[in-house]
Amino acid sequence: MAFRGSGPLVRMDGITKTFSGHPANSSIHFEVNNGEVHSLLGENGAGKTTLMNILCGIYLPDAGNIWIKGERKEFRSPRDSILSGIGMVHQHSMLVPSMTVWENMVLGLDNLSQFLPKKQIIGEMASLSSRYGLQVEPEAKIWQLSIGEQQRVSILKVLFRKAELLILDEPTAVLTPQESENLFKTVFQMKNEGHGIVFISHKLNEVLALSDRITILRKGHKVGTVNTGETTREALAEMMVGKRVSFTILKGPANPGEIAMELKDIFVNNDRGLPAVKGLSLQLRRGEILGIAGIAGNGQHELCETMVGLRKSEKGNILINGKTLKRFNPKNFIAHGVRYIPADRKGTGLVPNMNIQENAILKNYWQEPVSRGITINWRIVLDFALSIVRKFNVDTPSLNTPVRNLSGGNLQKLMLGRELSGKPTVLIAVHPTWGLDVAATKFVRDTILQEREKGAAILLVSEDLDELIALSDRLAVIHKGLFMGITDEPERISRENLGLMMAGIALEEIQGNEVRQ
Amino acid sequence: MTIKGLTVQKRKDAPAWLEVFIPVAGFILALLTGAIFLAFLGVSPFEAYREMLISSLGDSYGISETIVKAIPLAMAGLGVMLSFKMLIWNIGAEGQIFIGSLATAAVVRYFYVDNSMIMFVLMFLAAAMAGGAWASVAGYLRARWRVNEIITTLMMNYVAIHLVDYFVYGPWRDPGSLGFPMTAPFPDAARLFQFSGTRVHLGIVIAVILSLLFYWIFKYTRWGYEIRVIGENPKAADFAGMNYLKNVVLVMFLSGAIAGIAGMTEIAGLQGRLQHGFSAGYGYTAIIVAWLARLHPIAVLLVSFLMGALLVGGDALQIVMRLPLSTTLVIQGLILFFVLGGEFFRRYTIKIITEKEPEKWRS
Repeated sequence: MAFRGSGPLVRMDGITKTFSGHPANSSIHFEVNNGEVHSLLGENGAGKTTLMNILCGIYLPDAGNIWIKGERKEFRSPRDSILSGIGMVHQHSMLVPSMTVWENMVLGLDNLSQFLPKKQIIGEMASLSSRYGLQVEPEAKIWQLSIGEQQRVSILKVLFRKAELLILDEPTAVLTPQESENLFKTVFQMKNEGHGIVFISHKLNEVLALSDRITILRKGHKVGTVNTGETTREALAEMMVGKRVSFTILKGPANPGEIAMELKDIFVNNDRGLPAVKGLSLQLRRGEILGIAGIAGNGQHELCETMVGLRKSEKGNILINGKTLKRFNPKNFIAHGVRYIPADRKGTGLVPNMNIQENAILKNYWQEPVSRGITINWRIVLDFALSIVRKFNVDTPSLNTPVRNLSGGNLQKLMLGRELSGKPTVLIAVHPTWGLDVAATKFVRDTILQEREKGAAILLVSEDLDELIALSDRLAVIHKGLFMGITDEPERISRENLGLMMAGIALEEIQGNEVRQ
Repeated sequence: MTIKGLTVQKRKDAPAWLEVFIPVAGFILALLTGAIFLAFLGVSPFEAYREMLISSLGDSYGISETIVKAIPLAMAGLGVMLSFKMLIWNIGAEGQIFIGSLATAAVVRYFYVDNSMIMFVLMFLAAAMAGGAWASVAGYLRARWRVNEIITTLMMNYVAIHLVDYFVYGPWRDPGSLGFPMTAPFPDAARLFQFSGTRVHLGIVIAVILSLLFYWIFKYTRWGYEIRVIGENPKAADFAGMNYLKNVVLVMFLSGAIAGIAGMTEIAGLQGRLQHGFSAGYGYTAIIVAWLARLHPIAVLLVSFLMGALLVGGDALQIVMRLPLSTTLVIQGLILFFVLGGEFFRRYTIKIITEKEPEKWRS
């Protein structure tokens, strides 16, 4: 592919953007050349997304200029940006689920004829697919595809629009290790063909493996741009956080006690009424962490919701402290000491428009002393919320702040504080560190380990394999609603085998093959 | 710098002064637009607005008439506000008003006792139960089988209105009414207290008490907290163990019960009989009242007072200025259009794009 023009592909200069008094970007300089992977590294709230939204024409900068191949541009809408050859692959799919892959490909193009030249579109798609290793079935409907496949469609869609610059927003968060490998191959291919690529991530290993240059942002400021060959993981982390960070997780030896929660042959359906968990059994012991690995959408979500009473199982029993549960409603599970850190913080765990105090009592608003007769004792609530905020270091201007204004890390601390107040018997934690900055991640992991020491039975679902391996005492891999295997020594299983299990090959089968070889 | 164009951007947070400025500015713009319309009709806009203002708020009689109109609006407004808080769209207040009045008339007809205290309690309970039960049907269908409550409540309005018509045109028609579709006048014990010299009746006391009661419920009680959480985030409410089905039915019951009571006070307090089409769309206007009040129970009282003034002023336009009813409706519509349309500016901001001298880029 031949690209014309002179100068860097994209040059952003002095970009400043302020949201109601808070600078999200302050005079940031950023450039990407053709044939370069330039990573944008920073914690949540560092301004990566704002900067890229400006490049995509979603926000107008307060100050600063954008040049594309030496030509000054002003993007007033996403359309302007797309026409200049910029394409963003969002973290969450922006495709229409009920339409086919090829229909999504042309969706939003405005120079199409009334009768879609389907053959031509599919032909063009096929050539892009084979060139960049993005295999996907053109006639399949989006909802039938896995998250990884949907991501491939999103990338194809951007390439189909002849984008020269591709922005990938945390693309590996939803992929298996093998799928990530394939994505990296695609990225290298695009780079070799002269595309510029912005890779947004907070995973240091990936950034180091993939990029030519790395720009680090912190609190809206640019800390610096470094060549990948001249830096280390530790140096990057320090630039990102502003102080030295330790990556070590101090975990004492496991001390498993009696069984706190047991599932026997559980069947659960998903929202569409199709089976999501198919006869799964597990035991959670006090003082241990059971990790669950798996690609999103393999029944983890439904399993966890069943374990906290939010979803009814079709078949099977749940025992807490050896007794079979009779009533499957959240209140009964809460009463039995089951606590839940849902993945969807603002959607399930908290009420965004309500303030910290009101959110703090979501799980005990009916209990003494918070509740007094039919009223709520707001004086006690104030003390209760204050104790959570202090103990869990929630950074907030006041206790009357609506929680929608808190950052992801502070939301998670507030929720942890609430769920861990009182003594949980069982803690179900789903993606507890997802999207959190380094410091908050460490805080959350340490807190979970402390609960383990205190004797809680913990189920941990995560997409971060490093995290699962470091924290879990036992690690299970789920695929299509069944465990492909459980290992007692998570640190000794290879990534490759975990990947195979995530793809649906049972542990015994893998071990059988290894023995035969 | 030259201006190049405009762009619309989402606000993150609206400043506090906008909350006041936007409705006020909307109101003024509506009056200005209405003035153009009135001028086309050959009426002096200034005269017309002056007439509206004087007739509704200019003297004690005007104010008392404004309050009379505000009473059913406030009550029905509180009722729908309750359901809206939970994101349940009860737009059936009109029908619930009719059913409440039907139950009231039935009590007067079949259980009449010559004691105003007993009659009040009987009528109050009958209207509340009937209105509540009527609305609960839609509530249960919604909570249990996800039947769209907007459709059911709206459709049930027609059923209720025609049910009342059946009785006032048929079995309950007053033989002495010269053929008008209305029941016989209620006996004295079935009439609510009226403040001397005015048509303002006991309904005002009920409306104020309900408003304060809901303020207290939402601020201090456990149930009020539950309703707010369910309304803000049903998933989080589920997660906290709150019972959605029970609360939806309960809220719909109360919502309908309050509208039913509004129907009772309207006929027992004001009109003294049940008649065809006695509610001038109060149940629908109540929806607007609840929204303009941003679902705040105290603000519902204030907004219904202003809305009452608008209705009284509109009547005066018809009588004094000889303008057709539709003129009033146009002016009312304009006010709502501008005030509600102003909401856009609370959520978005408009920026002027200016051409800057391109800086030289250092390389």
